[in-house]
Amino acid sequence: MNNKNYCKIYCSPHIHSSETTGKIMLYVIISLLPALIGSVYFFGIYAFKVIITSVFSCFLSEFLFQILMKKEIRIFDGSAVVTGILLAFVLPPRIPLWITAIGGFLAIFLVKELFGGIGFNIFNPALTARAILLASYPVEMTKFINPLDYRIDAITSPTPLFIIKENLTQKLPSLWQMFIGNRPGCIGETSTVLLLIGGFFLLYKNVITWHIPITYILTVSILSLVFKQNVFYQIMGGGLILGAFFMATDYVTSPITKRGKIIFGIGCGVITFLIRKAGGYPEGVCYSILFMNSLVPLINRYTLPKKFGSRK
Amino acid sequence: MFKGGVKLVDFKNLSKNEPIEEFKYPEKVIIPLSQPTGSPAKPLVKKGDNVVEGQVIGEITGFISSYIHSSVSGKVVDILPWNLPTNRKSLSIIIESDGEKKQIEQIKRDWIKLESNEIINIVREAGIVGLGGAAFPTHVKLTIPQGKKAEFILINGCECEPFLTCDYRVLKEYTDEIIEGIQIICKATNVKKVFIGIERNKIDLLPYINEAIKNLKIFIEIEVKILPERYPQGSEKHLIKSILNKEVSSGGLPIDVGCIVFNIQTTLAIKRAVCDGIPLTERVLTCTGLVENPKNLKVKIGTLISEILNYCKGDIKYGRKIVIGGPMMGIQIPNPEVPVIKGTTGILLLPQESLPENIQPCIRCGKCVNICPMYLAPSEIGRYVEAEKYEKCENLNVFDCIECGCCSYICPAKRPLVDFIKCAKVKLRKK
Repeated sequence: MNNKNYCKIYCSPHIHSSETTGKIMLYVIISLLPALIGSVYFFGIYAFKVIITSVFSCFLSEFLFQILMKKEIRIFDGSAVVTGILLAFVLPPRIPLWITAIGGFLAIFLVKELFGGIGFNIFNPALTARAILLASYPVEMTKFINPLDYRIDAITSPTPLFIIKENLTQKLPSLWQMFIGNRPGCIGETSTVLLLIGGFFLLYKNVITWHIPITYILTVSILSLVFKQNVFYQIMGGGLILGAFFMATDYVTSPITKRGKIIFGIGCGVITFLIRKAGGYPEGVCYSILFMNSLVPLINRYTLPKKFGSRK
Repeated sequence: MFKGGVKLVDFKNLSKNEPIEEFKYPEKVIIPLSQPTGSPAKPLVKKGDNVVEGQVIGEITGFISSYIHSSVSGKVVDILPWNLPTNRKSLSIIIESDGEKKQIEQIKRDWIKLESNEIINIVREAGIVGLGGAAFPTHVKLTIPQGKKAEFILINGCECEPFLTCDYRVLKEYTDEIIEGIQIICKATNVKKVFIGIERNKIDLLPYINEAIKNLKIFIEIEVKILPERYPQGSEKHLIKSILNKEVSSGGLPIDVGCIVFNIQTTLAIKRAVCDGIPLTERVLTCTGLVENPKNLKVKIGTLISEILNYCKGDIKYGRKIVIGGPMMGIQIPNPEVPVIKGTTGILLLPQESLPENIQPCIRCGKCVNICPMYLAPSEIGRYVEAEKYEKCENLNVFDCIECGCCSYICPAKRPLVDFIKCAKVKLRKK
């Protein structure tokens, strides 16, 4: 009874929610599974190899970095796995595995760990890695194929947005084919329905809030209507769904307040549309999110809530 | 309704149906002269003096200060510094009981004939403080400052902290006395409108209250507000926001928006002091958690917490911790050999949680910002504290934090955000 040091003294509160960083990452991984399975169906076992390579490369890079820099080993929180899957999702289906491995290394080493590890990176690791790869290996990074063509040297085929952008004579896939994901594109971005299942799962589990995805997609839709583009092709033809639900909502690189998230979503939408319509690329999701990432500290500063009692 | 806050599992069923039980007359009490808020009292007795229950043993030393009474009859054996359940130390009067249970003469009064200042004086002399935890002297609250006007009295029966059920039991078992206490408060402050705020999980009290307010002695209006179960509903500022939809500004008092808030047990203590002449020498608290027999106990101030835990069969072993107050804002004590003080609302025996050894990095999910009931940004404050940039915390209004614990509770990285905020407050005050 009088044993004074029977346990450690903690500050209040003495109860905590069951939510942990690891659990959130697990939810994100689960939410990506439908699209992952879909991608293997559409682009064959090679797509799976790309995903595995990417995850393994990310995991290993983080592990080695933390050992070399004598930091706390945090790889088991699952964030490297999430980055790995997301990176693979934004690579073309027949990307050489060694480029994938370089991408994973860049994402973790350059973008995440050098900035201080989880919670401190400014830019989305997967998207930054993709941007670097696109600049370094433009040929390999733009080689898209027809889905359900499982050959390793499958025939290349332009993405719907490329067809629209360049006014090609090629036939566009039907809306239904695009909805289920049967169209050329990056590994994980093609299937709108499977990505939505994952996205709604995250919303249901309160991992993400509606603010970024809805404002992002809505902004692109409204701008498409105003500038007389086909709204459905703009939404489903590129990486918008993947970007809006899984990339732009990345905790670390998006604003922390609800108002900030709305501004962030609108900003992403505007820039995406500007790149698609007026820029040199057919797709703008990646760069728009990266651009908005750089504005996050500023958005946070100006959207922090006013303290209780400051309005009557 | 206020914005933010968290929904908690309340665990109130453990002790909700346990009627208030009188705890045994203690053999020894330790009565600290400094019970949380205000300047400490000056001892009026010395070693060897005989005292009776209800006798004044500590004198007021300022406006915000309160009288201290002996809670037993017996002999003062020592006056020395003793640990408080707040992990501070205070000069305390140690009284050994003689078992005779002698009491001071209790003056019965008819409160209707009393003037406002007479009531306030009785409350002051009875040593009544807010019994919801903060222990702010009640006579200070009843004294309305010049130029201010009180329009509403709010009775706080929310008890939003999980586990605690003492206020619920008091409101259920002493409903008539509490309604009488409310009328006394109204008389003292000249207010005509009263709201009783209770959380939805106490909705079964409604018939008791409705029955009791049928025969009021003075003309006032009492309205019961059923509020959603959302922590920290029982925080003074948030109760006002929920009931009156008014926000008390930073550093302001409820009287700024024309209301005064009283806890259930404080109201009961006022009634007993004014009508029956009983000073504040005992309170009802809940002893629950991992104890074998959770109970609501009426305990003499100064009783040792170890004795209460023993009585409720609380086995203090490795992996368990003792928390005084609720689990969200309570204080963990290393040693149960400390006395019950006026602000002790509960004694909890809780399991030790498995929290990360090192402080994990913030993943910037923004959950703490969204749920902060004071609309602050705990994550940002935490980051600045880690970087030891305390002056930045001041810009983020760290002093407005009520330390309710919502942010630490919700944080997925289990960051000790409340610790950070407390640290920032201490460092900034030192400057």
